[in-house]
Amino acid sequence: MADTSRSPLTPEAISQKLQAAFAPDVSFALHQLPTDSWLEVAAGEWRKVAEFLKNDSALAFDTLCNLCVVDQFETDLKKKNPPPPCLWVVYHLFSFVHRHRIVMKLQLPRGQATGNEQLPVVQSVADLWKAANWHEREAYDLSGVMFAGHPDLRRILCPDDWIGHPLRKDYPFPETYAGIQAK
Amino acid sequence: MPIIVEDPRDIEFDVRTDEMLINMGPQHPSSHGVLRLLLKTDGEIVHEVTPHLGYLHRCAEKIGEHLSIPQWIPYTDRMDYLAGMNMNLGYSLTVEKLLGMEVPERAKVIRVIVAELGRIASHLVGMGAYGLDLGSFSPFLFAFRERELILDLFEEVCGARLTYSYVTIGGVTHDFPEEIPLSPGLAMLTGRTAGEPVSWITAARLFLDWFRPRIAEYHALLTRNHIFVQRTAALGVLPAELAINYNCTGPVLRGSGVDFDLRRDGEPIYTSMYNGYTFQIPVAPFGDAPYGVVLGDNWSRFYVRMLEVVESIRILEQAFDRYPSATGGHRLPYRLTQKLPVGEAYLETECPRGQTGFYVVSDGDPEPVRARVKSSSFCNLAILGDLCRGVLLADVPAILGSLDIMMGEIDR
Repeated sequence: MADTSRSPLTPEAISQKLQAAFAPDVSFALHQLPTDSWLEVAAGEWRKVAEFLKNDSALAFDTLCNLCVVDQFETDLKKKNPPPPCLWVVYHLFSFVHRHRIVMKLQLPRGQATGNEQLPVVQSVADLWKAANWHEREAYDLSGVMFAGHPDLRRILCPDDWIGHPLRKDYPFPETYAGIQAK
Repeated sequence: MPIIVEDPRDIEFDVRTDEMLINMGPQHPSSHGVLRLLLKTDGEIVHEVTPHLGYLHRCAEKIGEHLSIPQWIPYTDRMDYLAGMNMNLGYSLTVEKLLGMEVPERAKVIRVIVAELGRIASHLVGMGAYGLDLGSFSPFLFAFRERELILDLFEEVCGARLTYSYVTIGGVTHDFPEEIPLSPGLAMLTGRTAGEPVSWITAARLFLDWFRPRIAEYHALLTRNHIFVQRTAALGVLPAELAINYNCTGPVLRGSGVDFDLRRDGEPIYTSMYNGYTFQIPVAPFGDAPYGVVLGDNWSRFYVRMLEVVESIRILEQAFDRYPSATGGHRLPYRLTQKLPVGEAYLETECPRGQTGFYVVSDGDPEPVRARVKSSSFCNLAILGDLCRGVLLADVPAILGSLDIMMGEIDR
C-alpha cells in the first residue's frame, strides 16, 4: 500500500528546512558522514527546534528512536591531540509519515558528576515524544545530564541511593555498596 | 422512558474503597523476569502502575566501551537471551555499516536462516509464556518441545543453545555442518533413528516439515480458545498514535495497525539480506479475528506473532533452496583488535520483540567510545502505565504478557 503523501527528505534538505525556519537566530551545522549524517544545534535552542521537528508537516518526526549521551573525554594520557572534553546528547529521530530519519546532537559542558554535583542541563522533550521519558531518565541516571521540565526525573536502572553516573568516562569505580566489598 | 441496561458490575464498582498499594514482583511468575510493578488499586480496579527496573542491570554499555568490537558480541546475546541470534546480527550489521563492509551472499543466506529460526523460537516462548500468564499450561509444553528442536539445530552450528555469538562481524563464525547426527528429539518425533547422519539443512527441513502442521494446534489450544479470547479481546487497547509516540515497535506496533517492518522498510544494509524473498507482514486488524477483538488489543498483538511464525517458515523454505548455490565464503576477516574507522553508525533491526538499535561511536581505537543499545522492550514496557489505567487487577498480567518483554534487554 503505497502512501502518496510520503515524501522522504535527505539530511541536507532537512538541514535547509530548519535553516529557513530559524535563521538568523539559530544555526545548524550539518556533519556529513557516509553512515548517518548529523545536525548540531545549540543546546539552548533545542526545545523550539524539537517542537518544529515534530509539528512541521514536511518533517513530521513522530517518533524518537533513541536518545543517549556520548561522553567525549580522553582518559588515555598518551593520546595525542585529544578532542576537547564535552558531552553530546544524541537524538535519533524517525518519521513514520515520510519514512526519513535524522540525527540531532547537542553539545554540553561536562560539569561535575562526582562529589558536589553540577550537572549540565538541557530542556526535556518528554512531552513531545513520550519515548523520551524513560530515555531521559536513563541518560540522567547513567550519564549525568539533567532534563529541565521532565515530569519525573528519577534514576531508572541504578538504585535510588546510587552515587555518581557510571557512563561518565571518569566515573570512579565504587569500593563498597551498602556495606558490601565491591573491589 | 430510555431503556437502562443494568450492568451488575456498576454497583460493585460504584463502591469506593481505600486505595491500596500492591507490590508485584520482582520475583513474580508472570513478570517475565525480574520486573517490579507497584500497583495503586481501588478494590479490584488498578489506578496506576509504576514499573521499577534495573534488577538485571549489568552495565553492558560501560563494558562495551572497554572491549574491542568482537569481544562485545557475547554480551549482546545475553541481553535478549531468547533471541541471541537476532541480537548478534543487529550488532554485527551496525559495525559493518560503520566499516562499509558488505558480507558475501552465502553469509547473508546463513544469517537469514538463523535469524528466522531465532524468531520462531522466541515467538514460541512468547506464546507459551502468555498461555501460562492466563492460566493455560499445555501450550507452554508444546512450545518448549518445538523450541528444543530449534536449540538442537543451533547447538550443531555453534555449540551453544542460548548464547550463540554465532553471527559475527563479516558473516558467521562457521558454515553449516555437512553432516550431523540426527538429534534424539527430532528422530523420535519424525520416526527416524537418533544419530542417523544427515546434513544440517536436511535436519532443519525435517524440523520445518514436522513443525508446520503443529501451528493449527496452537490456534485450537489458545488463539481461538473461548477463555483466552475473553481474557485478551478488547483489553489493553493501544491506539496507533500512542504506539508511535512511545516508539513501540515490532508486534506491538503492528498489532495497532501500523504496517511497518524493518525487514522490508529498514536501511539497505539490512533489507538487502531479505532481497528476493517473498513474505507477508502481518498487520492488525484481521478479518478472521473472533468476535470482540478490536484493533490494538492483547489478542491482536498475540496473533501478529503467531502469523509471523508462518511467514518465517516461508522465508526459511526459500533460504534453504538458496543455500546450496549461494556463493562467497561464510565470513570476511575481522581481527580481534582491529581498529575501527573514525565515525559513528546507528542501525535498527527487526528483532522478534521489536526494533532493537545499536549505536557505535568510534575515535579510531579498537574499542568504541560509546556502545549503546536501544532496547525495543524498554520502549514497549513504557506504555504499561497507560494501558493499565482503570483495568482489573487480574488483567495486568494479561496486558504485560501481550507486550512480550525481555528484562535482560531492558536492564542491559
